Amino acid sequence: MDRLNSRLGALAATPMLVLLGLTFLVPMLVVAAFSVMPPKVFDLWHWPDVSAYGEILRQGYWKSLAWSLGMALASTAILFVICWPLAYAMAKVYRRFTLVLTIGVVMTLFVSENIRLFGWVLTLMKGGLIEGYVRHWTGIGFDGLLYNVPVIIFGLVYVYLPFMLFPLAQGIAMVPDDARQAAADLGATRKRILWEIDLPLAAPGIVVGCLLTFVLAAGAIAESKLLGGQAVIVIADEVETAFTYGQNWPLGSALAMVLIAIVGAIAVVGVTRVDLDALMGRRR
Amino acid sequence: MTNKTVLEIAGLHKRFGDFTALHSLDLKVRDGEFLAIVGPSGSGKTTLIRLFVGMDEPTDGTIWLRGKRIDMVPANKRPTCMVFQSLALFPHMTVGRNIEFPLKIQGVGKDQRHARALELLDLLRLPRAYYNRRVHQCSGGERQRIALARALAFDPDILFFDEPLSALDYRLRKTLEKELKDLHVRTGKTFVYITHSLEEAMAMSDRIAIMRAGRFEQVAPADEIYNRPISRFVAEFMGEVNLFSVRADEGGGVLAEGMDLTPDVGPRLGLAAAETGTLMVRPENVWFVGAGNGRGGDMMARGHLRGELNLGSRFQYEVESETGQRLTVETSREGRHDGPLGEPVTLAWSLDRCHLIQGE
Repeated sequence: MDRLNSRLGALAATPMLVLLGLTFLVPMLVVAAFSVMPPKVFDLWHWPDVSAYGEILRQGYWKSLAWSLGMALASTAILFVICWPLAYAMAKVYRRFTLVLTIGVVMTLFVSENIRLFGWVLTLMKGGLIEGYVRHWTGIGFDGLLYNVPVIIFGLVYVYLPFMLFPLAQGIAMVPDDARQAAADLGATRKRILWEIDLPLAAPGIVVGCLLTFVLAAGAIAESKLLGGQAVIVIADEVETAFTYGQNWPLGSALAMVLIAIVGAIAVVGVTRVDLDALMGRRR
Repeated sequence: MTNKTVLEIAGLHKRFGDFTALHSLDLKVRDGEFLAIVGPSGSGKTTLIRLFVGMDEPTDGTIWLRGKRIDMVPANKRPTCMVFQSLALFPHMTVGRNIEFPLKIQGVGKDQRHARALELLDLLRLPRAYYNRRVHQCSGGERQRIALARALAFDPDILFFDEPLSALDYRLRKTLEKELKDLHVRTGKTFVYITHSLEEAMAMSDRIAIMRAGRFEQVAPADEIYNRPISRFVAEFMGEVNLFSVRADEGGGVLAEGMDLTPDVGPRLGLAAAETGTLMVRPENVWFVGAGNGRGGDMMARGHLRGELNLGSRFQYEVESETGQRLTVETSREGRHDGPLGEPVTLAWSLDRCHLIQGE
């Protein structure tokens, strides 16, 4: 029976494995292959060389990479701090209101990211909603709030909020109430309970939330383009430019591979540290 | 145990919206005693314990611990501690770190913590090697002991228990009951134990408080609760019992439903004229008339044998009396009643083994 079950498991997973292989693994291999081609070729029939990686080092692409990773880190940290109380409330305090909140947050995902960001552009730009009204009421105008690093981070925080909020709420829901009560009964203050009970027991949710937001924010492009203008160039922007305007596929592929390697390494470290089974509802 | 009061409540009242969970309770817990609070579910015992440890605030009334008012002190500042029904062990910590938790919170140094944890493992008869075990690797009984060790590490003035044994199987429960009683003697701490099982309360405690619908029905030593219950509720709660409504008439005679009594019972019963009451007799004090031990008693009832139950060390019989009442008789193995189901039988018992519950 066990053997039959395991064979059925493999059988049931086959369609998904085939789909993942074709849509995820194959393109990734193609990109990896292109990254070791000579500059500006459009096929894979050349001797491999690593000139594209050399160019990354020489041309200062590390700056874009640093901006992407730095802003991803900042937005992840901000999201964690602002989502924790909200997720806590969703999981533990007002259970009935949670549905309303969930629908509210999920609704934002129904509208495309670019359109929502354009909304913010109209709100924040010079002559837009905020600056326009301030000038109307006070007579003092200013340059608008767009085209700087903080506004890009704001955009990342705004767009990726659901990806932090829901895993966190799921993680916090896993913290047993009686463990918190027992800790208080044994003399722990709220701060100690947060530190000794809540954070370690919600760790799977925290890791998943942080990884999702970090990975998505590190590869984000629309926020820096629409809200940030040319304030900083993020790595995804460089990849796009290399493929389109630069017509240098190997360079774009190499840049993509570097980003994938860094983000992948972080994800692997994070995922191996926590018990994801617990988050999926399996008892420890 | 001394006569000093360690915990005292006065007029303790708790309301949830329209529902009154506790009706102005008064109680004194003596220093070093083992007090069991027993009641059916919904009687308010869990609410009461939550007020004791500070997980909830009373609507009205006060709680004193060693003369200090604590009812408004938050849970983490009260020198009380509770063993949860679920045990509430911390799943992400080893056994050792669980036990050390309260010491860590108190800021005790690492070496001292470790030494104390090992002492407590010894006290609870757990192997020292368990220090580095994870909680989920331990069995149910071991987890009980870990939870106890953690509570003792806190060194509380009073230790509260919220039915911690209810989820265990019978044998383990019996073992742990003995251990708990033994631990109570060895540590000299005050234990307040909540349970819905009277058996558990009888086995362990010095005193029992019976709760019913948010009130204490009776607070007394176990023997007294068993032999002299204050109400029908307590009598029925405390195991099998036979109850008869009795009424004294104007002339000093007694009218009883469902039994015959000798004329001298009336004056000996102590029931005032025109008063009503309930006469209680435990199944082990009732015998079958006829056959070997055929003597009659002060009171008798006729009926038909309806059932026999082998309890191991004793036998329990169900008899349907002529007035339709179900009566229970218990005999020793040797005194076993021999007869087919359905046969007519006569039961007897004596007045000095009866208890009169006045007023009901």
